[in-house]
Amino acid sequence: MFKDITIGQYVEGNSFIHKMDARVKILLSLFYIIILFLISSPVAYAVFTAFTLFLVYLSKVPPKFILRGLKPMMYILVFTAVLNLFMTQGSTVLWVCPFWSTLKITKEGLTTAVLMILRLVYLVIGTSVLTLTTSPLMLTDGIEKILKPFEIIKVPSHEIAMMMTIAIRFIPTLSEETEKIMKAQMARGADFESGNVLKRAKAMIPLLVPLFISAFRRADDLAVAMDSRCYHGGKNRTRMKQMKMTVRDLWATLFMVGFAAAVIFIQKLM
Amino acid sequence: MIKVSDLTYVYQQGMPYEKTALDSLSFEIPDGDFTAIIGHTGSGKSTLIQHLNALVRPTSGKIEIDGVDITAPNADLRTVRKNVGLVFQYPEHQLFEETVYKDIAFGPTNMGLSESEIRNRVYEAAGFVGLPLELLEKSPFELSGGQKRRVAIAGVLSMQPKVLILDEPTAGLDPKGRDEILDQLVRLHAENEKMTIIFVSHSMEDVARIAKDILVMNKGRLAMQGSVAEVFAHSSELREMGLNVPQITELTHRLIADGVDIRPDVYTVKFAAELYAELLKEAENV
Amino acid sequence: MIDIEKLSFSYDDEETHEKKFVIKELDLYIDKGSFVAVLGHNGSGKSTLAKHLNGILLPSGGKVYIAGMDTADEKNTFSIRSTAGMVFQNPDNQIVAAVVEDEVAFAPENLGVPPEEIRRRVDECLEIVNMSEFAKSSPSRLSGGQKQRVAIAGVLAMEPECIILDEPTAMLDPKGRREVMRTIKSLNKSRGMTVVLITHYMDEAAMADRIVVMEKGSVIIDDVPKKVFSEVEKIKEIGLDVPQVTELLFRLRSMGIDMPEDIISVEECEKVILDRLKGLKND
Repeated sequence: MFKDITIGQYVEGNSFIHKMDARVKILLSLFYIIILFLISSPVAYAVFTAFTLFLVYLSKVPPKFILRGLKPMMYILVFTAVLNLFMTQGSTVLWVCPFWSTLKITKEGLTTAVLMILRLVYLVIGTSVLTLTTSPLMLTDGIEKILKPFEIIKVPSHEIAMMMTIAIRFIPTLSEETEKIMKAQMARGADFESGNVLKRAKAMIPLLVPLFISAFRRADDLAVAMDSRCYHGGKNRTRMKQMKMTVRDLWATLFMVGFAAAVIFIQKLM
Repeated sequence: MIKVSDLTYVYQQGMPYEKTALDSLSFEIPDGDFTAIIGHTGSGKSTLIQHLNALVRPTSGKIEIDGVDITAPNADLRTVRKNVGLVFQYPEHQLFEETVYKDIAFGPTNMGLSESEIRNRVYEAAGFVGLPLELLEKSPFELSGGQKRRVAIAGVLSMQPKVLILDEPTAGLDPKGRDEILDQLVRLHAENEKMTIIFVSHSMEDVARIAKDILVMNKGRLAMQGSVAEVFAHSSELREMGLNVPQITELTHRLIADGVDIRPDVYTVKFAAELYAELLKEAENV
Repeated sequence: MIDIEKLSFSYDDEETHEKKFVIKELDLYIDKGSFVAVLGHNGSGKSTLAKHLNGILLPSGGKVYIAGMDTADEKNTFSIRSTAGMVFQNPDNQIVAAVVEDEVAFAPENLGVPPEEIRRRVDECLEIVNMSEFAKSSPSRLSGGQKQRVAIAGVLAMEPECIILDEPTAMLDPKGRREVMRTIKSLNKSRGMTVVLITHYMDEAAMADRIVVMEKGSVIIDDVPKKVFSEVEKIKEIGLDVPQVTELLFRLRSMGIDMPEDIISVEECEKVILDRLKGLKND
């Protein structure tokens, strides 16, 4: 069930984007998302699409991987589209339900639906490009560094990063475990698939209880193992992999700013 | 009887990680047999046993249990899983109920049995694995490792399967815990002549001690099948597959290679001691 | 290297409020560079002993000194843990990072070692456990034996003088067990590392220079493997195994055939029986 989630999966590579500094990548990804939510005109979207395709090309990540990340989003996409399609009020009515006239599709609704789908798709693609080209360690390190200044207002930057690292590390382990427990209970006649919502929720108990117990046991073991390797939080800790910003990051930033200016200009103009 | 014909399973078919986990396996296991499945990690043992109670569907091929094709699309999975009980590796990790009693009753309850029938079965299953009855009202999480494992095995036995399959039932136990589980399996087999017991093991000593027959898996294929004596006679082939024979069998085969006249089918220490005592005394008398 | 004086570890039983001893007045001295196996069944106190050796647990009575440092003294904690590194049973539950080389770097990073030095140690330690080619891999893709070797490298990166392994092979298949045991043996033989191996596998204990058998929180046998395994009855009584060949010769002795007591390997046993058969024929 976790197999389709591409976030946290890293594809090794040597592309321009792979080589960028994680901090710059994270900040530029945020910037990308902000631009995405500022634009709405078709021409701006066309430019944005071209830019996104260019990013995917630059990352040299097989598009298959990126598309796989969209698969688990399918239901959300369809749901959002349907909701916007029928719920948006507008002046130009395109279609009215012959049985129930409140149900209608307007031109505005159609535009909003398409816009929302594109936004969500680009949101996933943008973050996928970030996570697929940045090793989990670099990603969490980057977040730690970015959050560092906020320590003044008591943001535990190191702890947040460590929690993310461990979460990423344990996703495959726990998903394997889930599958195993599920099969073991199915062998004892458990039924996870039929019945109403209440029955199904109840059927999850034989899966969830062992899973939680196992997760706690693992957490306990891990804490001891970390202790015995002298872990004591972020204080006086060094890192093997140092982050360095290079000219590459400067170019990427300038390019991104230029692109943002262009897109927003187009948006204003059209 | 279990009849497997031309069973093939391809893992993640059509994906970049595609792998043939089982490659046209065919074999039969008669009723009441006590079979060990051996093979190194990745040889397909676990995939095979998960096919035997329809937790995994084959890519091609057929499995019949007592003449019923369990791989048919319309097969009744409930009946299949009732007839073939599967105990996973480290089964104590699947315990979840408040009391040992309720955990053992989980399978029979899912089968929709009556309250009194469930009660009988729980007591019987607990008896089979040698659980003291006063433990039944305790929480399974208060028990020792060996006891937890016995509760988990009882949780499958309470479904009264015709075939009991165990994946490495002694993994992670110390010698004492291991001996308890092995002894209980032997007793279970002696008391239920019709029950077929199949277990996966990495320990050749355990296999030699309790199994009647052995099925050897190698790279997704069936490499050997036969009685314990027949299979352990092929010590060099087994070693090529990364498997061992019991130390005592190895000693005997080495001595045979050295020219000592002794029968090759030696795999328990007790039997070996009698044999070697005779051999040494005979030599003394010459 | 390790000096344990009258170590006791107890807890209060919740129901009876009595003191329960897991370890009682245990004395043990382990020399630098030696390979000691601590043998015992589950509940004999062997894992509790291991956890005292790097200050994860502190004694309720007595003292534990690691390279002269008292484990009960809080200011020694990090020096003790980096002097006596510890590897645990479950390979999945002790790996922190999602990439092998980052995992090995974890301990030196905690110790504040400079980046270039960490890099050097990581490369060297992965080389020692023969896992260099997996430096960039994700631990979840490795076999149990490989994960355990990564865990060993993760401890070696602290450059400890002593390594304590708490049932490192209990969850591995025979191949993984062989890999890990080979690694442990070479650490001791070619690098002079002090090794304390907690196990319930007799064949593994037989590889050590010295075996300490624990039962009910005390040491009941402390000797070289050959001598330990010659006490077949005593070992079987506490629920442990001896190698099959040792048991074979024990049984032959009890049948009135004179056989040596200190045989633990197939090769030795083969030789003993062959010699006996030849000797008898030549007489």
